[in-house]
Amino acid sequence: MSPTNYLLLSALLFTVGAVGVLVRRNAIVVFMCIELMLNAVNLTLVTFSRINGTLDGQVMAFFVMVVAAAEVVVGLAIIMSIFRTRRSSSVDDANLLKY
Amino acid sequence: MTGLVLAQGAPITAPEVAYFAISPLLVVLGAACAGVLVEAFVPRHQRWAAQVGLTLLALVTAGVLLVAYARGGAPAATTLAGAISVDSPTLFLWGTLLGLTVAGVLLIADRSVEPGGAFVTDAAAGGSGRSGPVGTVQDRITAGRTGMQTEVLPLTLFALGGMMTFCAANDLLTMFVALEVLSLPLYLMCGLARRRRLLSQEAAVKYFLLGAFASAFFLYGVALLYGYAGSVRLADIAGASVASQRSDTLLFGGLALLVVGLLFKAAVGPFHTWTPDVYQGAPTPVTAFMSAATKVAAFGAILRVLTVAFGDSRWEWRGVLWAVAIASMVIGAVIGLTQTDVKRMVAYSSIAHAGFILIGAIAITEQGLSGTMFYLLSYGFTSLAVFGVISLVRDADGEATHLSQWAGLAKRSPLVAGVMTFLLLALAGIPLTSGFTGKFAVFSAALADGMAPLVVVALIASAVAAFFYLRVIVLMYFSEPAPDGPTVTVPGAFTTAAITLGVLITLLLGVAPTLALSWAAGGPFVS
Repeated sequence: MSPTNYLLLSALLFTVGAVGVLVRRNAIVVFMCIELMLNAVNLTLVTFSRINGTLDGQVMAFFVMVVAAAEVVVGLAIIMSIFRTRRSSSVDDANLLKY
Repeated sequence: MTGLVLAQGAPITAPEVAYFAISPLLVVLGAACAGVLVEAFVPRHQRWAAQVGLTLLALVTAGVLLVAYARGGAPAATTLAGAISVDSPTLFLWGTLLGLTVAGVLLIADRSVEPGGAFVTDAAAGGSGRSGPVGTVQDRITAGRTGMQTEVLPLTLFALGGMMTFCAANDLLTMFVALEVLSLPLYLMCGLARRRRLLSQEAAVKYFLLGAFASAFFLYGVALLYGYAGSVRLADIAGASVASQRSDTLLFGGLALLVVGLLFKAAVGPFHTWTPDVYQGAPTPVTAFMSAATKVAAFGAILRVLTVAFGDSRWEWRGVLWAVAIASMVIGAVIGLTQTDVKRMVAYSSIAHAGFILIGAIAITEQGLSGTMFYLLSYGFTSLAVFGVISLVRDADGEATHLSQWAGLAKRSPLVAGVMTFLLLALAGIPLTSGFTGKFAVFSAALADGMAPLVVVALIASAVAAFFYLRVIVLMYFSEPAPDGPTVTVPGAFTTAAITLGVLITLLLGVAPTLALSWAAGGPFVS
């Protein structure tokens, strides 16, 4: 199968993630959509690694995984803290800062 | 290519590391790790002194090493297998970042303005009872016993380490990792406020979700450029952009996504939506550090990416960045007019300034490079001092940031009103302040590169923005103070030192800018 198909699939996954970030209300789900975008990028990197015949892309995918894991730690901590004060993780409820 | 060689079983040679060149970076990151250990093992009542001492010592050591390296006259070079480039712009930006962080740490560590410090770790009000709502008896007892929550200081050092790597990164993977190392501590620092915790947490959530969204775009841009050039080294991308047979869609799609991520961090134009909320909600000392230092780091990276990797294809993308710069200036200046909160007003002012800085960054000339870096230095210290002054005007509820509360401030405290006036005039770009010199350097570089229409828009935008700075000045001097208005706290030594540093540099760069301009014009990027 042509590697191009994997590029299309990863572009599709990235778009699904981006649309999810824009339309979903729950902070956890928004965060999951961001993770989906990062994983779509991993697929792109690995595919290009195959197309280019170099291993750099695969190594980069590992870096992205580690960074994503660190981001989960910080992100869930922040979402937890706002949930404990507000009893809600909806991004629409957090609306004190405006204008 | 290295990957394939590796697979064939060739011996791995360790990359050369120029330890002296990257020593400031190593000191900062090492001290950040040591700070975590201090937080874990030093008894609570000694922590504040230990952390502040460690942080300031690390910053001074890093500064001394930086000066020693720069005076040693070593040639600009890349190190760590080409991942980090220590050249003249890197040294200038590192110096700027270290100076800004010293002032930022002084503001953050101050305990006199807000008794017990401005930070809390357990942000859930009334949660586990470690410190209840601010102002209660229990809270005062806790604050008196524990001194101050000091987790914020190692976080500051980690963020600084990320920023220093970010503007020295010579390949896009290093740049991505540095982007996260600088962002993650900042997200946390935004949510640590002792007062107005709901606002602070909301700022942290907004900053985190939007920041992670933007870094995903940045990363997809990196992946597309890797597909285009077969490497993420900036020099290789530049080489491929003139020689590759691959589709230009990959190159420009990658560039667009990459630049979206960078412009988000720099709070430019249409990617600014997080800025006012986060600047308002975060604890003011953190806002001061973040607004100044993040801008320096992000524009350092933008300059390097645009100059080194995309300098040859600049005629293709420049039109888009013209539009972005105009959007940023107009949004910042016009929406800034309608603001009623001082912190939000300064946030919109920073968006307008980001537009001005971008003008210098897209003039891919030596003059543009030095002008932009000088502007970053001058704007950073001015904006930091402005937030320092804002943190002094308080009432019983904490900071009084609504504009109406600032009425007649000059009658209560002529000194603070005078300092604020000087800083606002610097933001507006009045001669004899650093703001004027910086704008002059950037706009003349843009004119020399044939961007006259953009400079005209920029001048109009600065005139519009001057109106809302002057409005605050008029309010402070020509209104009667409300009887129950805010008081001006007498700052302790740390805050005084930070504000004085900001004001002195703003004045010096306005009166005698030659030395800093010649440092900024030290040499081109090396890749």
